[in-house]
Amino acid sequence: MYDPTVARLTYRALLGRRRALILGALPLLLIVISVIVRALVGADDQTASDLLGGLALATMVPIIGVIAGTGAIGPEIDDGSVVYLLSKPIKRPTIIFTKLIVAIAVTMVFSALPTFIAGLILNGNGQQIAVAYTVAALVSSIAYAALFLLLGTVSRHAVVFGLVYALVWEALFGSLVAGARTLSVQQWSLAVAHKVAGGDLVTSDVGLPTATVLLVVVTVLATWYAGQKLRSLTLAGEE
Amino acid sequence: MTTLQIDHVSRWFGNVVAVNDITMTIGPGVTGLLGPNGAGKSTLINMMGGFLAPSTGTVTLDGQQVWRNEEIYRHIGVVPEREAMYDFLTGREFVVANAELHGLGAKAAQKALATVEMEYAQDRKISTYSKGMRQRVKMASALVHDPSLLLLDEPFNGMDPRQRMQLMDLLRRMGDEGRTVLFSSHILEEVEQLAWHIEVVVAGRHAASGDFRRIRRLMTDRPHRYLVRSSDDRALAAALIADPSTSGIEVDLAEGALHVQAVDFGRFTALLPRVARDHGIRLLTVSPSDESLESVFSYLVAA
Repeated sequence: MYDPTVARLTYRALLGRRRALILGALPLLLIVISVIVRALVGADDQTASDLLGGLALATMVPIIGVIAGTGAIGPEIDDGSVVYLLSKPIKRPTIIFTKLIVAIAVTMVFSALPTFIAGLILNGNGQQIAVAYTVAALVSSIAYAALFLLLGTVSRHAVVFGLVYALVWEALFGSLVAGARTLSVQQWSLAVAHKVAGGDLVTSDVGLPTATVLLVVVTVLATWYAGQKLRSLTLAGEE
Repeated sequence: MTTLQIDHVSRWFGNVVAVNDITMTIGPGVTGLLGPNGAGKSTLINMMGGFLAPSTGTVTLDGQQVWRNEEIYRHIGVVPEREAMYDFLTGREFVVANAELHGLGAKAAQKALATVEMEYAQDRKISTYSKGMRQRVKMASALVHDPSLLLLDEPFNGMDPRQRMQLMDLLRRMGDEGRTVLFSSHILEEVEQLAWHIEVVVAGRHAASGDFRRIRRLMTDRPHRYLVRSSDDRALAAALIADPSTSGIEVDLAEGALHVQAVDFGRFTALLPRVARDHGIRLLTVSPSDESLESVFSYLVAA
């Protein structure tokens, strides 16, 4: 199910110079902001929770997920180099699963890790806030990576669609329309975070059982479907 | 023995028919797939390589379905036309990765790099390669598992003459070894120099099939049209029409030129300068007016 060569190629493509810069910029911004906030406001649990929830989980994690998830396969399909993977006796779902693992790992490193560091800076993990949001970031990394990998497999405009989903659906609609919150990776991961933190600082609109089921279903379905799409991926000629 | 069978294959994209009911059998040796740009060669090769589903019909390799069959790639090597190929890797890393994806190791990769004579640049990044070098590394990646069928889409595009010769030698060798090699090209001379067998595709249809001598004859025997300007068009016209190699001449007053139709290409090209010299006529322009590939091909289709 996991092919180390596919993984190596994907890592190197994802962490190439330009993409790595973009991947690194957001976490850096989060940490810089955290340092400033801590210096100005001091250690405050509510502020820490607001910043980690609003900036890290609602904005940074999905954007990193878009970059890593779509970037793990989209550019290869776009420029046609995916032909070197497809012209091999390797099961298509293996290619997708491997790329998913890579996308998850990259999303986790560039989103969950900085979330944890920012949490430590903001209030030193008071009331388990840093750990709770880190767990939420880890959990949502998996679902985002799977969703955006599928998007990268089926669409040439995956990054745009991904960003629209991440910024408009998750961040904007999520805060305005209650229904949208039920269908939001962010809310599902917050349900898990709520369980970790306890208390009222980290809350979700979705119950833990529902959230867990939806997270698993979305991840599995997206991965399965991406594998099917890759099986019948058409490489049109240039003529 | 590896035989690729294309059986009543059509492929359309929306309302556009790219490949129209083609049936052909590609056997061992070098086969050239010849046709003008846009004729459907790439579409056909993509279907042969299992990267595109035929809308109708089947493509099989020794009886096995090609589409949606990953195992078939143990026998197929593909050299795509597109340039993109993990430019951030070195040539060696790229070929090694391709070998690993076949379950092979660095040794197979090294052998393939030696076959295409790219060892000298194997540790340079692919992004620094010239077009010919890219083409050879692509070739190495396709040869790494010793396939019995090799599919190459416009492999000579952008190569300089020396690189072209090298690749031709290599493909010839592959054919001599009993492999089935199919390459596409829109350049008649390339196909003629290399292919034992030619399949001509024009506007999505299978226009001709056979050995190159037959097809070459079809191409040279067709009537050739020339546009000729001289110091005395009428005198030249009179002298030319007296010879059986010329079947018709039109004096175009508006253009100030002659439109000559020659039936015997070889004889006419020798005749024209001689006649001009004997009559003291200066030739100002001699240009073939229907040498475009499309006209050659459309003639072939009609033949």
